[in-house]
Amino acid sequence: MEYELMRLCELPAHAAGVVEAVDECDMRERLEGLGLTPGAEVVRLFSAPCGEPTAYSVRGSVAALRRRDAAAVTVRVRIWD
Amino acid sequence: MGLTRHREGNGAREFRGGIVALMGNPNVGKSTVFNALTGLSRHTGNWTGKTVDSAVGAMRGERGIGVCDLPGCYQLSPTSPEERIARDFILGGRADCFVVVCDASCLERNLNLVLQTLALTRRVVVCVNLIDEAAKRGVTVNGGELQKLLGVPIVLTNAAKGKGLNDLKKAIFDMLKGEKENEKGEITAERWDFVPTPQWAEAERITRACVERDSDPRGARQLKLDRFLTGKVTGRLMLPLLLAVVFFITMEGANRPSELLSRAFSAALSWLRTACSGALPPAVEEALFDGVLGTLATVVSVMLPPMAIFFPLFTLLEDLGFLPRIAFNSDHAFSRCGSCGKQALTCCMGFGCSAAGVVGCRIIESPRERMAAILTNPLIPCNGRFPALTALIGVMLAGALGAGGGVVGALVLTGLIFLAVGVMLLFTKLLSATVLRGKASHFVLELPPFRKPRIGRIVVRSMLDRTLFVLGRAAAVAAPAGLVIRLLMQSGAIGSIRAFLEPAGRLMGVDGATLLAFALAFPANELALPLLIGIYSGTAAGTAGLASVLALNGWTAKTAFCALILTLFHCPCAATLLTIRRETRSLRWTALSALVPISAGAVLCIAANGIWSLFA
Repeated sequence: MEYELMRLCELPAHAAGVVEAVDECDMRERLEGLGLTPGAEVVRLFSAPCGEPTAYSVRGSVAALRRRDAAAVTVRVRIWD
Repeated sequence: MGLTRHREGNGAREFRGGIVALMGNPNVGKSTVFNALTGLSRHTGNWTGKTVDSAVGAMRGERGIGVCDLPGCYQLSPTSPEERIARDFILGGRADCFVVVCDASCLERNLNLVLQTLALTRRVVVCVNLIDEAAKRGVTVNGGELQKLLGVPIVLTNAAKGKGLNDLKKAIFDMLKGEKENEKGEITAERWDFVPTPQWAEAERITRACVERDSDPRGARQLKLDRFLTGKVTGRLMLPLLLAVVFFITMEGANRPSELLSRAFSAALSWLRTACSGALPPAVEEALFDGVLGTLATVVSVMLPPMAIFFPLFTLLEDLGFLPRIAFNSDHAFSRCGSCGKQALTCCMGFGCSAAGVVGCRIIESPRERMAAILTNPLIPCNGRFPALTALIGVMLAGALGAGGGVVGALVLTGLIFLAVGVMLLFTKLLSATVLRGKASHFVLELPPFRKPRIGRIVVRSMLDRTLFVLGRAAAVAAPAGLVIRLLMQSGAIGSIRAFLEPAGRLMGVDGATLLAFALAFPANELALPLLIGIYSGTAAGTAGLASVLALNGWTAKTAFCALILTLFHCPCAATLLTIRRETRSLRWTALSALVPISAGAVLCIAANGIWSLFA
């Protein structure tokens, strides 16, 4: 079993990951308020018709983020092969 | 929709039994708990940021105790305005008991706020709300265990159904009776600087101990519905289709009651007039019946039925949780105009009332985007202009269509709404490219689960609120405006004013009388059509007479279309301008907010007139 690190916005559709870190940015506090802190599990759910924003499930609720904002979050994703 | 008035503000020190502050994450049902505790009817809706201000009310059965509903917040950092309100409430010792309302389905995130609050005060009651919804999603919260771990009273509730509220009240009374701790005293400087640390690890630990999670049968269905509503094709079609259906129901449903009301009023008025004939001097009689009562009757019969149907339908969508999906789908369009999807939410509120929409702009965090949203909000036709639109569409399409008229009418109205939204986007882009230049901000939006709306409650509440509000406003504003028109007519001044406005009116495809009526409708947009009828005929008439009165005065389909554009882009009413002044704290921005729709209306009317004349 291996892990790969990627940006939250790169998470493939329906995939799950665990938050590794959140970049130091003016967005950080808002993301933390939603529960996007190291250790939290995130699942990518669906995107708007134009491809942006995307809805993620985190700590029992659903939050929508734009690609640029989701790029501030690094997630650890398990790879099977 | 902010149409009912409560005593608002944060102070309310007149409560001797103590103050209870309700806090919690957005959209966990704080306002529902507030309504249940106070017996008031603060508007609730299934979306984050529905409540942007705080309200104070007395507890039902215990008038000495004040309940304060604070805006939702995720944590207690002093950066966001809502969070600062909650934080200042705690630090300032302005409440004697803090009820932190939590959503049982996502307790972990709510516990972060609970733990941060507990770091500041122990006068906390934790209310775990929405337990029935959580149970359906396979989530069970062990209240006893939670109480042991947190060390403060825990109450499990389902506030919408009234479940657990007695326990909540008892916990609050016990807390208020208990010895007041020292912490309510002075606040030292270092406490004001206190920045609470996120407590996620602790929240996770507690959640693991107290929350049991089974499989979630509804989750899959909700996700499916969400994927459908945000799909590439379905997501784009959803909004226009939905609006068309709502408009169709409103227009078809309002016709009959409008006619009945109009007939009943004219019968009652002529009876009353015969009964009092000779008792009053002729001039006074004319002013009273034709001016005051006639205008009042028109406002009620033309305006009330569409409002009373549209408003509950809209509230239904709101309760379902539809609005956040609209914001989600439209964020991309808004972001290209330098704004964000939350502006779509404020537009939706603007449908109900522009003033409420302007206040709702507080949910937009970036000051630049908030200002753009405030200035462009009046471009969305509010409930006061909405019935005039449906009536004018009826006039425009009269005779041209047979049985399918209802569907075409609804489609025309949908098209007009999209025109309004388009113009609003254009102005937003213009503003953010010129006076409101700045960098694009972030967009974080919570998508709450779809919830079954409480239909009975919605219908009763929104119809009652709406009816009382419209009637009150009609009495307060329509009557004097009708009197002004009557006096202008009796003095003969109206002829010269109409003649003065005639050239401008002609250019815009209407006439001087229409412009005068729209100008006089400044106190309340719903007055424009009834006043116009008053000017034309000398007496006010109901809908039955509307088409014929307009036709007698030379109205064609083109005139009706230009009047539609004028109604769509109308100077914001006095109440809206006052609200904008309060929210922006600037006369210049307020003036600009009036200038935006007026200029859009004038330009589009002239263009519509020109294009229509070319082809006709």
